[in-house]
Parts: sequence; structure tokens; C-alpha cells
Amino acid sequence: MGGLLSSLYETYQSTLAYMALNSLLALSVYTSLSCGQLALGSAGFAALGAYAAALLTLQAHWPFPLALSAGLAVPALLAVPLGLPVLRLRGVFLAIATVGFGEVVRLCLINWEYVNGAQGIVAIPQKTAVWMIYLALGVVLFFLARLRGSKWGFALEAIREDEPAARSMGIPVARYKLSMLVLGAAMAGLAGALEAHFTFMVAPNGFTFGRVVDMLVFAVVGGARLYLGPVVGAAFLTLLPELLRELAPRVGIEAGPLRLMVNGLILLAVILFLPSGLVSLPGRLRAMRAARSPP
Amino acid sequence: MGQQAVNGLFLGSIYALFALGYTLVFGVLDILNLAHAAVFMLASFLALVLVSDLHLHLLLALPCTMVLAGFLGLLLERVAFRPLRSRPDSNIAGLISSLAAATVLEALALEVFGPNVARFPFGTLPAEDPAHPLHLFGAVVSRLQLTIIGVAVILFLSLTFLVKRTRLGREVRAVAESPRAARVLGVNVDRAIAASFFISSALGGAAGVLYGLAFNSISPDMGRSVELKGLSVIIVGGMGSMPGAVLAGFALGLTEVFVVAHLGGSWRDAVSFAGLFLILVLKPHGLLGAVSPREA
Amino acid sequence: MTPLLSLERVHRSFGGVRAVDGAALTVAPAEVHGLIGPNGAGKTSVLNLVSGFLAPNAGRIVLGGRSIQGLGPDRVAALGVARTFQSIRLFPDLSARDNVVVGQHLRRRASLVAQLLALPSARAEKRSARETAAALLERVGLSDRILEPARHLSYGEQRRVEIARALGSAPRLLLLDEPTAGMNPPEVRAVAELIRKVAAEGRAVLLVEHNVRLVMEVCERITVLDFGKVIAEGTPAEVARDRAVIAAYLGSEP
Repeated sequence: MGGLLSSLYETYQSTLAYMALNSLLALSVYTSLSCGQLALGSAGFAALGAYAAALLTLQAHWPFPLALSAGLAVPALLAVPLGLPVLRLRGVFLAIATVGFGEVVRLCLINWEYVNGAQGIVAIPQKTAVWMIYLALGVVLFFLARLRGSKWGFALEAIREDEPAARSMGIPVARYKLSMLVLGAAMAGLAGALEAHFTFMVAPNGFTFGRVVDMLVFAVVGGARLYLGPVVGAAFLTLLPELLRELAPRVGIEAGPLRLMVNGLILLAVILFLPSGLVSLPGRLRAMRAARSPP
Repeated sequence: MGQQAVNGLFLGSIYALFALGYTLVFGVLDILNLAHAAVFMLASFLALVLVSDLHLHLLLALPCTMVLAGFLGLLLERVAFRPLRSRPDSNIAGLISSLAAATVLEALALEVFGPNVARFPFGTLPAEDPAHPLHLFGAVVSRLQLTIIGVAVILFLSLTFLVKRTRLGREVRAVAESPRAARVLGVNVDRAIAASFFISSALGGAAGVLYGLAFNSISPDMGRSVELKGLSVIIVGGMGSMPGAVLAGFALGLTEVFVVAHLGGSWRDAVSFAGLFLILVLKPHGLLGAVSPREA
Repeated sequence: MTPLLSLERVHRSFGGVRAVDGAALTVAPAEVHGLIGPNGAGKTSVLNLVSGFLAPNAGRIVLGGRSIQGLGPDRVAALGVARTFQSIRLFPDLSARDNVVVGQHLRRRASLVAQLLALPSARAEKRSARETAAALLERVGLSDRILEPARHLSYGEQRRVEIARALGSAPRLLLLDEPTAGMNPPEVRAVAELIRKVAAEGRAVLLVEHNVRLVMEVCERITVLDFGKVIAEGTPAEVARDRAVIAAYLGSEP
């Protein structure tokens, strides 16, 4: 009986952990989206943070908080030389360049024998507790909430809506975009480091293009206009597969394809009909109800 | 050396075909269609079904698959792209929409065909005759390679004719310049865009079939690596430039083959990204670029 | 008196077209200076050059004794220049009030740390920014509907919000690009009055306009452009008499 309970808790715990980890990762894409930039380097940043922290824990025996800080700092520092040339590119080109960056990181890790190449590093001590991930998420959300209405927050919104107009008001657009990229890199790195010490291992195939696409999907489905959106999207889309796994055998479809199909359909529905994401749903319903009631 | 050149050409022609589809849609709609790789993959499976279950000859299956892929492209345009056209952020929204469509298509493939690698049945391509090997540029070339290069060249020529000499081609080019101006001049913009998607997907489908033949491996995730390389190709060649896509596609094929021969296989994928970064930083318009990659 | 702004033999071409051809122009501090000319004369290009959106191919642009050609728009704005745009460029999803708050970016003083920790100083600063924005909107004659998204406002209202937003940074030079386009006569008079008040505060105004009557009423000096060249410069009376101007332009008064 005890064995059943503890194994139930273990599964439950993992889902909870990933809801928060995915929220952090989705937010790392959101920071750039909030100023209109589609920067998709977060898989690469997460990989850098994960490997840096894992190596420092295993090889240099650093205490966990320091290893986490390194996991945060390394990608943040690398985001600067990446961002300077790449943030001048518009829209799709920026997306492609940052995806390319993520792939380069992954390829380098695959080819680096010191970290076991494609097999990755195993036996990382499990130092991450679920509450730590939520604490990190909470701190990030606190700061993002403070940004709204501040000089910084307004500048980001302005850059997103009309970059030249924002410039004409003295907003140093390049500096803000770079800051958001660095912030996103730090968040992704932290999430990667936390994940590495939760699942005992890191490997290059955990940081593919598909992973950063997932992060983008979380952010878009939840709503990329508000800092709460990515959290809602991540939580929802992390929970969903668990529910679908129960449902799949009853509907006669494999769990893997079903999850993928549902993800795709949800994303399509959101982008076509609810472009500001799930968080905008209450507002939309309210507006529809108001429009329908007699004046 | 000649052998490597032939290998590079044949690999490059597949990349070029695939990239053409990407760049055509981008040139016309300013949208990156990430569902292109899914069409590429599905076409490969469709050809497999036509050849192994319906026993069609490859030379018949290929054009059939291309047409089917074209119709899939039309469906994609209607469902995932047209509703977004009036939006101000239509290119990012379009990218995300195409991502959604790609996911759905991949799920479909996984469900219907399973995750395992499939192969074309033995005898799809006429067997090699070891007593009379074929030659190209002084190197031995297999029937397979010759078929692929040949098909690719025919398709490039057909496309060039279509774009330069037909009315449809002119309309597509007009819409690529400026949809508003084209409409004022009486061009049916919706039809031109739909046609672009049809052609783009047909080319992607052809690339998929040829790729499946070339590597004798068809699976739901075969689009993944080609997708990213295709992006590099169109950036290096210049977004929106069809000759650029062809040129860069061949360049990538040749470079990859040489790199693998001299540096080893694990660095093969790095070639495309190295090229990507160099171009983006040094000459973002790409080699023959038509579209501006920088902010206004 | 040293001019606040001066363009010295400024050239700017696009491809083969000379948009601005050896233009020279000066604006004194707190002066209202008009810039008129037929369509395509290069007026908006001059504004783009002054505000840093374009760099000249040759020549100097001097603001308050400092060369500013080649500086980007945000650096020029930081030196005390603000502008409106010919096609209105408000932030469509932000409210009118929030648009004006963004305009105050250069003047907002809360430090990042204070903002992140939600210290009382930051909250007070946020409140005062909103109050200043509301006050500026009142100055341009808008006090209701300022919390609705800017795209819901009428054309004339949007133009006025843009002016309020430009005033948000307390500029010493205000560039107005056809601010009364599409306005009815009472609105035009209100804008004229506003321009006079702005100048009375010590700010210079460089006004690009097609409404020649407005320009004659409100401006102390006028520069006339045609095909990128300055064809006349002086007081409204002088310009109205100038034969080259009459030939090129004033014959087609709107």
C-alpha cells in the first residue's frame, strides 16, 4: 500500500515540478515577446544553464545555490554577444537566427566528449525540491508584475507596438531588447539547472528545436500579452497530457499522437480565434455578454 | 573528388527543392510556413502507399504525390493562413498557425503510420547493373542519384518556365511585390496566393519523395532536420529569391559532403548553421536576397 | 542670438532622387517656424533628418550647438526633440493616457530597483506620471475617453493625443508633421492656440503644414521648399510676396 502511495506521489510530484519549470521556460520566451521580438534561443540557454550547473555540482562540488547561480549567469552572459548582432534582425529572421543558436549549442554538446556527447551527464544528485521551483517562479512573477505600469514596462509595450515611434520618444530600443533577451536567458538557464538536479540527468536531446517550440506554444496559448499568460499556458498544457493519457485508450488512439494532435488543435484554435491567449478568455466572454444584453 | 561532387549535387538538389517551397511562400506572403516540413514528410508516406499498396510505378507515383501534396498546401492556406491575412502581426501569427498545422499533420502521420521507419519496397527503383555503371562528370553515379538529380533539374526548369513565362507566374510575382498594387491591377490575389501554396507544397512533396528514396528511410520525424537546414538554405540564398534557394541548396549539399569526408560525420549539421550565422551577421540579405531582413 | 536648430547645406538622396538638396534652415529658441512646400518637396524628409530617422548624405545638423546628424532617433530625442508623424503613430492598444505616459519616458525618474521592489517612491512616481499625462491631455482639449484604447478615438482626437504625447518629454524643439490634416476649423484653431502657448513656454516649434493660412497666422518665420531646395525664407509677409514662392506653390492654395 505504501509503495502504491509513494509511486502515485512521485508521478504527481513530477507533473507539479514540470508545470512550474515549463512556466519558467515559457516566460523566458515571453520576455522577448513582450517587446515584440520572437527570440527562440531558450532551448540553447536552458542547455547552457543545465550543463553549467551540473558540471559545477559534479566536478567542482559547488553548493547548490552557487551552482544554480552559475546556471543563471552563464546563459545570461552569452546572450549579450548573441543579442548584439541578432536583435537588429526583424521578425522571422531573428527567430531563425536564435533557433540556429540553440541548435549550435546542442550540436556542440553532442560533439564534446568531456560531457559524454550525445549520452549526456547522469547521476546528478537530486537537489531540487518542488518548492524551490515554485519559489523561483514566484520571484520571477513578482518582478514581472512590478514592471507593469513602470517606466520599463511602458517602454517595452511601446517597442512592441511601434518601434520607430518608441525611438522618437527617447526609448533606447536596442538596450531594452537586449535586456529582455538576457533576462529570458537567465530564466531559461535557471529552469535548466533546476531541471538537471531534479531528473538526475542532462542530455543534448533534451534541448531540441522542438523544446523551444513547446515553450513558444505555452506562451502563445496562455497569452503572450500578460506575464500570467505563459504560466497559464504551461500549466494547462503540462497537465493536459496526463489527462489525455487516461483518455487515450478509451478513444482508441495512441497517447503520443493524441497529445500532439490536441496540442496542435488547441494552438490553431487559439491563434485563429483567441489570439491573446487563454488569459484573455474571461475578458472576451464579459465583452460578449455585455454586447448581447439590452442597452 | 568527382564522386563527392556527385554526392553533393544529389543531396543538394533535394535541399534546393525543399527550400524553393519555403522561399516561394515567404516571398509572396512574408510568412515562414513551418508546416512545409510536415508536407514533405507526409508526401513521402503517400508515395510509399501509392507504390507498395497500389502498386503504382514510381514515375507515376511521383507526380500523383506532388499533386496530392499541392492540394494539402491549398487546404493549409485556406485553414491556417487566409484567416490571418488582415492581422497586423500576420507573419508571426502565420508562423504560429503553421506550427499548429505541422503538429496536427505530424500527429496524423504518427497515428496512421506509426513511429517506426518505413522503406520503399525493394525494386521501386530499377536495380543497378554492376557490369555497366553509369558515369557523370567522371564519377560513378547510381541510378538512384541520377533519377533524383534528373527529376530535380526538370522541376527547376518547369518552375522557372512557370514563373517567368506564364500569366500565373507573373501574377504571383506581382503579389510578391505588393499585394495591394497587384489587386489594383486586377490580379486575383487570393488565387495567386493559393497557387503559390500549391506549387510550394508540390515541390516540398517532391523533395520528400526523393529524400525517402535517397536515404531509404521514411518516418514521421524525418522533416525535423531538413526543416532547419531548409531555413539555413533560404537565408543564405536570400529570402524570397528562388535562384538563391537553388544555389544555396546545392552549395549546402556540396559543402556537407566535403565536410563529412574531411572532418567526420558529426559536424555535418554544423555546416548549415555556420553558414546561417555568417550570412545573417555579414550579409543578411543573403546571396541573392530580395527581402529586407532588418527593421525598417 | 544663436539658433536652436540649424541645417547647413544638408543633402539627402534616395536612389537617384534628391529629397533634400543643399537645404539650409535655422530655428531660434521658442520660435514658431513654418516649413511649407508642394507635395514631395522634402518637408517630411527634413523632419526625419532633424529627428534622427535619416542621416544626411552631406551637410550638418546642429542642435543647441551640437552636431546631431547621424545620431539615432532616441539620442536626438534625449537632446530635447519631440515629434508627431504625418500618418499618426499612436500605440493603438494603449489608452490615450498611457500613450502620453510613454511620451514622458525621458522625464520619468524612478530607478529600476525601486520599480522592481515596488517601493513607495516608485508607486508615487507612477501616479504622478499618470496625472501629468491627464493634464497634458486636458491642455489639448481631451479629458474624457482618455482611458480607451487609442484606436477608438476619432482622427482629430488622435492627432491631438499625438501632440500631447510629444509634449510629454518637455522638449525644447517640437516637430509637427501636418498636425491639422483632416481637422475641422474649430479643431484647427485649437491647435493654433496650442502652438502659441507651447512657444510661450519657451519651446521652439517646427511646423510642417499644407494649411497655408494656419502657417501664416501662427509662424514667425517660414521656410519654403520645392524639389528639396529652399526657395524662400522669411516672415510670413515676405514669403507671401516672394515671386518664386507664388510661382511654385501659393497658386494652389487648398
